[in-house]
Amino acid sequence: MAEIANQLGTPLAGTRMNDLSIRVRRSAEYIAIPLFALAVSAVLFSFFLLALGKSPADFFQLVIRGGFGTAFSLQNTLQRSAPLILTALAVAVPARIGLVIIGGEGALVMGGFAAAALAIPMVVGHWPPLLTWLIMAIAAALVGGIWIGIVGYLRHARGVNETISSLLMTYIGIAIMNFFVEGALRDLTNPNKPSTMPLGDDYMLGKMPGTDVHWGLAVGIILAILLQILLARTTFGFAVRVAGGNARAALAQGLPVGKLIVICCMIAGACAGLAGFFEVAAIQGRANASLVAGYGFTGILVAFLARHNPIAIIPVAIMFGGIVASGGLIQRRMDLPDATVLVLQGLTFVVLLTSETLYGRFKIFQPPTTGDRT
Amino acid sequence: MGGFLNLNRRHFLQGTAAAAIAGTTGIRLAQAADVTIGIVYVGPRDDYGWNQAHAVAAKALQGVSGVKVVEEENVPETDACAKTMESMINLDGAKIVLGTSFGYYAPFMVDMAKKYPAVQLRHAAPLWTPKDPKNLGSYFGYLNQAHFVDGVAAGLSTKSNKLGFVAAKPIASVLSNINSFLLGAKSTNPNATVQVIFTGDWSLPVREAEATNALVDAGCDVVTCHVDGPKVVIETAEKRGAKTCGHNASQAPLAPKGFITGAEYKWITIYKSYAEDLAGGKALPNMVSGGYEADMVANSPFGAGCTPEGKKAAEAAIAGLKAKKPIYTAGLKDNKGKVVMDKTYDNLDPYLDKMDYLLEGVVGSIT
Repeated sequence: MAEIANQLGTPLAGTRMNDLSIRVRRSAEYIAIPLFALAVSAVLFSFFLLALGKSPADFFQLVIRGGFGTAFSLQNTLQRSAPLILTALAVAVPARIGLVIIGGEGALVMGGFAAAALAIPMVVGHWPPLLTWLIMAIAAALVGGIWIGIVGYLRHARGVNETISSLLMTYIGIAIMNFFVEGALRDLTNPNKPSTMPLGDDYMLGKMPGTDVHWGLAVGIILAILLQILLARTTFGFAVRVAGGNARAALAQGLPVGKLIVICCMIAGACAGLAGFFEVAAIQGRANASLVAGYGFTGILVAFLARHNPIAIIPVAIMFGGIVASGGLIQRRMDLPDATVLVLQGLTFVVLLTSETLYGRFKIFQPPTTGDRT
Repeated sequence: MGGFLNLNRRHFLQGTAAAAIAGTTGIRLAQAADVTIGIVYVGPRDDYGWNQAHAVAAKALQGVSGVKVVEEENVPETDACAKTMESMINLDGAKIVLGTSFGYYAPFMVDMAKKYPAVQLRHAAPLWTPKDPKNLGSYFGYLNQAHFVDGVAAGLSTKSNKLGFVAAKPIASVLSNINSFLLGAKSTNPNATVQVIFTGDWSLPVREAEATNALVDAGCDVVTCHVDGPKVVIETAEKRGAKTCGHNASQAPLAPKGFITGAEYKWITIYKSYAEDLAGGKALPNMVSGGYEADMVANSPFGAGCTPEGKKAAEAAIAGLKAKKPIYTAGLKDNKGKVVMDKTYDNLDPYLDKMDYLLEGVVGSIT
């Protein structure tokens, strides 16, 4: 009996003290293994650099300088990580219920486009900026939510593979935006880059006070924390995890699996849609093809590296932002092509995924055995 | 255990000291050159197209003494481009930053110009207006003049009199190249027509190949294009046995059999003048533009696909453009029959920048 309980990771002599030590050990495992994997990928990448005749020491020093070393670099990094937190959440939430959604890019584009299109009458009618932003943000989240919600519904009701459908929906979304941006909603004063009408300086969402980073970062971090609480501390989150673990068992228990799937997808789409809102309201000031910048796809990497844990998404997104931010300095100083940074990202991804097999293999991270297990 | 910790701390101190030294030398290196020029590209520098045309000029600029060039490729038209420019200014000491992609201008380069008034920013499209910051500006070349020359040579190198044009989007600069190519061809071959296919975006290699194949299937024996990277169009046409005219940079190496000539930008003319003005402490112009008359566009060396008559006529056309001979003459109609040229327009006339029609002789529609 004790043996079975031990294997399940729930020791029989479960005092509070013991409970705490288990949690600390578990958390330590979740931190130590990714750090080890990062070190391994750094070593592997160093060999790659040496093969190119470049110095790894120079490279990593430039990563630190370009990504984190100066106040400017740090803000550069945070700015670049802001959309990634939101698009990574769009992958992580459905992942908890067992869905692999990779269409965040489409929800971002649709959300951003909806926000920009809806803003036109409000800007023309001189509505108060705060109200305009609020309506734009709600519209973006709603449209993004419906967009990925459709994917969830198709999955549940028709058994359509959500990975494929969400990816294909991305191309439909981009085409819909292009259709309107090059047609009915085109700003005719801008003949060479089809765009919607610009919001104008008064309606641009400013930077967070004292920084050069837009509000998308703060919203992303707050949403990550809220979603972590939702998924880990509420009955809704529990139901999602049960359904993600075994949908049939969850159905047998009377859980509304279909509803849960659609809700998770809508939350995901809303996050990506909000990323689109910030791209429009804080950065581009209009909707055009520049919304298709690949944030939705980078978000997939971030979510997987964070093991679909909303809190872990924050540091991982910042790490990614730092690598991208320093990528330019590396190109300029070391005369390396842009693809070098992609090689580093790819290596890190593969090594981190491989490191998943290490969990539970180190005795030090496991709950102490009660002694009768020999 | 204590020994282990000590060793660790010592290593840490050594590491930070080394980093500090390396950091300062990096800055010194950047400041050693008289003028540091930053160039930002939206795609790869070896795309046989738009980006390569700029990269070729950047490389030539590196040979100029007292000039240091820092380059960054694959920078998207998002706040990433603003951050890249800021990084060039803050970390590399760039005195002038050149943004080469259309979407960099507003709001990103306008914001950067306001934030860094001591730095010059120049953008490769005619967007600057006197309302914009004074340390910002535009430069561009009238590539349609070189497309006109392409047409002149193509008109005498075609057998079917059907020329094909693969175009990205129906916007003014693209339409102007199509129309100029047609007028060039008609000037040497009144029976020539140009069939155009729009792919819908700047870089869609699969659709560009399909469009090229469709044009060749429709009987076109010369194909040219206006897309970001003409590589796919030129290679596909060459494989199908059709002749080709290039765009943006030289694609001659891609089509040893069928290459006629190509329309190329000559950015080095502008870049050199910027570097000289900065080194000499002179104020930079806000708007630089021109075509053949200002040595800002060129045609690729004639290839095996060009007939001797075509070459001769093209050279004469180049001489004409250098002497500002107009391309768009009075009475020209669009392909719906409406007269769009009420008079003869100078080659640099702003009226031509607003083109939203295809001329009579072009088979295709912009809607």
